[in-house]
This record gives sequence, structure tokens and C-alpha cells, in this order.
Amino acid sequence: MSDNVNAVSVKGIYKNYGDVEALRDMSLDFPKGQLTSLLGPSGCGKTTLLKIIAGLLQPNQGEVYVNGQIVSEPGPDRAFVFQDFALMPWASVLRNVAFGLELRKVAKSEREDIARKYIKEVGLDGFENSYPHELSGGMRQRVGLARALSVDSPVLLMDEPFSAVDEQTRRKFQEDLLQLVKEESKTFIFVTHSIEEAVYVSDQVAILLPRPSRVSEIIKPSSFKNKDVDSIRKDSEYLDTVEKIWKSLRSYVE
Amino acid sequence: MISRPLTLKLLSALLIFGSWEMASRAGINYAFPTFLESMGALWNLTISGQIFVAYAETLKPLVTGVLISTFIGVGIGVWVGLSEKFDWLVSPIFIIMQSAPLAALIPLVIMAYGIGITSKTFVVCIMAMPVIVLNTSGAVKNTPSSLIEMAKSYLSTEREVILKIIIPSASPVIFAGLRLGVSAGFIGAILAELKITPTGVGDIISYSRMTADYPSMYAAIFSIIVLAVLFLNVLERIEKSLFAGNDLGYVS
Ligand SMILES: Nc1ncnc2c1ncn2[C@@H]1O[C@H](COP(=O)(O)OP(=O)(O)OP(=O)(O)O)[C@@H](O)[C@H]1O
Ligand SMILES: [Mg+2]
Repeated sequence: MSDNVNAVSVKGIYKNYGDVEALRDMSLDFPKGQLTSLLGPSGCGKTTLLKIIAGLLQPNQGEVYVNGQIVSEPGPDRAFVFQDFALMPWASVLRNVAFGLELRKVAKSEREDIARKYIKEVGLDGFENSYPHELSGGMRQRVGLARALSVDSPVLLMDEPFSAVDEQTRRKFQEDLLQLVKEESKTFIFVTHSIEEAVYVSDQVAILLPRPSRVSEIIKPSSFKNKDVDSIRKDSEYLDTVEKIWKSLRSYVE
Repeated sequence: MISRPLTLKLLSALLIFGSWEMASRAGINYAFPTFLESMGALWNLTISGQIFVAYAETLKPLVTGVLISTFIGVGIGVWVGLSEKFDWLVSPIFIIMQSAPLAALIPLVIMAYGIGITSKTFVVCIMAMPVIVLNTSGAVKNTPSSLIEMAKSYLSTEREVILKIIIPSASPVIFAGLRLGVSAGFIGAILAELKITPTGVGDIISYSRMTADYPSMYAAIFSIIVLAVLFLNVLERIEKSLFAGNDLGYVS
């Protein structure tokens, strides 16, 4: 097994929902300490793949390896950011963010300290005692993000985590994410619909075919990664890569 | 829940009691006392202490029955909501119970449990339990699956899913069921006292009817309604303090 290189790998995954064939023979490696984006048309099975990796869904066939071990259930090594946020409406922001730690039996004062730190980090300072219905969509999404970060799992499964935040916050989060990937040895699996975002934050971009989904292409933007955050968006390789992905995706749209 | 302003409450009380007073003064029926006469009777019942003695009697089967129905009803409801087999087995019983005219069962209850407090408690239970069970099970089945998935992905046990996700998420509907159940329990308690053996408030009602002391009869009925409303308010308080964020609708 190549368990030193890949934090997660999926091999030969098939997934059907009744008659709907969502994934067909999907294989993909997610190198340790890197950020891999999944880019593909809506309904192609990105969420499905993420949930299979999380152990929330069982594939009809195929295996998921985390650190070289086959997994079929959720584990402490993976944390999920949900596309629909999945916040508990009866719980405050603080309790929602600390919920992962609460389930891990971390003492109350300790987990609330950790949660406060991440609430601050996602820019929700001062909303600790608010309830989800008092927040905007983008703020709710950040609560989900803070919850996933606070359990400190080595693998983060992020299902369109920035889809509902405004463009400024989104850019800030993208920069923060780049920073996070650099600083921490975490592995990120990141679903997005934005080509620019994918190219900007990823070490590798996996382009998925429409249903039944397989990987059509893996693109590894590399040369501009160590430039400083401001100049990446002007970098010629960055622009070329965006263009190239757009060309290959356009064939499905047409 | 919207908090109702006090002036509005007073206004609607004034409206109801005012029309009661006027309707009775208009002389609809000789057995229909005015509001003020009834309040006078209530005052007399209160200073003579009669009403307290009566409630001490009535509250026994009522409170026992409501407590039993709450705990067993919510318990069964959660179980029905979680297990399809149990649902198949048990739900029809409660659906029939809810639609059947339960007062007709009272003779059977008397045959089985006699005319004591057991029978009365039982009547309270069969009135209160079905709506509690059915509301609870419906709410449990409707738990958003994304929340259950979320809890599982953060490593919750089955028990934690039930205690920390399913029950809080179902609580608004469970409490709605409890409110209906408690109201039905009140009806059951009075029904039992009127149909089984006259005790407590039911005794005041039937005795004052026999002696044509209609103000006292209405005073007793009025006091039950007041008590039921107070009870429901307490329930609402409990719910608010337990699940604060559920107040304003559901968001994901
Ligand atoms: N629970 C389900 N039951 C039946 N079909 C499902 C279910 N979940 C997903 N599907 C189907 O599987 C396909 C893939 O769904 P999935 O949610 O993984 O797509 P996605 O790539 O995440 O889409 P999006 O970008 O819009 O979020 C869809 O066509 C959908 O119709
Ligand atoms: Mg999706």
C-alpha cells in the first residue's frame, strides 16, 4: 500500500441509488497534506463520493482507504463540512461548533474554549450565543466550517464550504485555506463549482464526468503555489489552467 | 411561539366574560347564571375551602394519569418512530383509540378496575395517551436526515443520536402533542368523576346541578378551565427553557 503518500484513496467505487447510477468505477488518490478539489457538473456525484469517504454511505462495490486501512464507518480521522450546513436549530452557535468535541467527550469548558477560538477564526466573533435562525446563510455555513475545524481531524471533507459566503469573505477564506494547507499537515478534499477557486486553492484538481461519474482528468497546478497570495491570480500558469479546465468542462455543458 | 401582550389577553378576557354576562342577562335559559353570579359562587367555594378539598381529590388521578401518559406516551412514541416493526404493531391501536368515543369504554373500565382511583387514572390515560404517542412518533420520523448524518459523521452513538438529535428536533411537535394530551387528560378526569363516582370537582358539578345551584356549577367548570390554561402555560415555559432555539421555525 502506498499509505505513506496518500491519506485517502478510493478504489473502484460503484454507487447506485435505485436505478440512478451515480458513481461508476471511481478511483482517486488524495495525497497526504495536500488539497484535492473535485470539480464536476451538478448532480455528478461529488457529495455521494464525499459521503462514501466519510463512511456515511456504503458503496455498492469498491473500497475506501484512509491511511492505508479500509474504512466503512465514520472515524475520528475525518471531519465533514456539509453542503446543507446541518446545524442544530435548538443549539447556540457555541454548542453547534463544539458538538463534535461534545460527542468526543471533551470536557465542557475545554471544548468551549476550542470552539470560541474557531468561531473567531471564521469571523463569527460575538455570535457565540446566537441561534442558527438568527444568522445569514453565509454565517451558518461558517458555523459548519468551524465545527469541522475544531475536531482537528487529519482529513477534512468539505462539500462546497464557501458557496454561501460573499465574494470578499470567500477570497479571504481561500487565502486562509491556502495558509492552512501550508501550515498544517492536513489533507483536504474540497468540492466546488468554481474553476477559479479550484485552481487557486488546490494541489490537484480532479475533473469528474457527468453521471455515472468517473475521473476524467487530474490537473496539478504547481508552479505558482509558492508565490504569495496576491500574485497568484495574475500568474500566467494560473490563468492557463483555468482556461484549460473550462475548455474540458465546456464539452459537457454543450 | 409568539408572546401575547398582556393588554390583548385582558381584552379578549373582557370580551368573552362580557358576552357571557350579557347573554345570561338577556335570559337565554334559567339555568345559565351570569358571569358575576358565577364568580360570586367561586368566591364562596374558595373561602369555604370546598374547592381546595375538591381539587385535592380531582388532581390525584389527573396528575398521575398525565404523568404516566407523558412518560409512557413519549417513550412509546419515540420507539414507534424509530422501529418500523413496532410502528406496524402498535400504531393502529393508538389511531383507533384516538378516533373512538372513549367515554363509551368507561363501563368496561369500571368492570376491570372498579370504581376507585385506578379507574379514574386509567380514563385520564386513555384520553391523553393517543395524541401524545401519535405526535411523538410522527415527529421522530420527520427528523431531518442531514442532522442524523451530521451526528454520525462526528461519531455519535445510537443513543446519542436519539438523545441529542432526534428528541430535541422532535420536541416542538412532542410538546404540541403534550398540550393536546394534557387538555384531553383534563376532560378525562372530569368525565371519570361524572361517570364513575362523583368526587372532587365532578362532585361539585353534579351536586350543584342536582340542587339547581347553577352559579356553583359554572364556577366549578370555570375553575377547571382556568387550571387547564395555567397548566398549559407551565408546559410552554418548560418547553421554552429546554429548547430555546426551536422557537422561530426550522432552519438547517
Ligand atoms: N438519497 C438519494 N436517493 C436517490 N438518488 C440520489 C440520492 N442522493 C443523490 N442521488 C442522485 O445521485 C446523483 C449524485 O448526487 P450528488 O448529491 O452526489 O451530486 P453532487 O455532485 O454533489 O451535485 P451538486 O453539485 O449539485 O451538489 C444525483 O443525480 C442524485 O439525483
Ligand atoms: Mg453536492
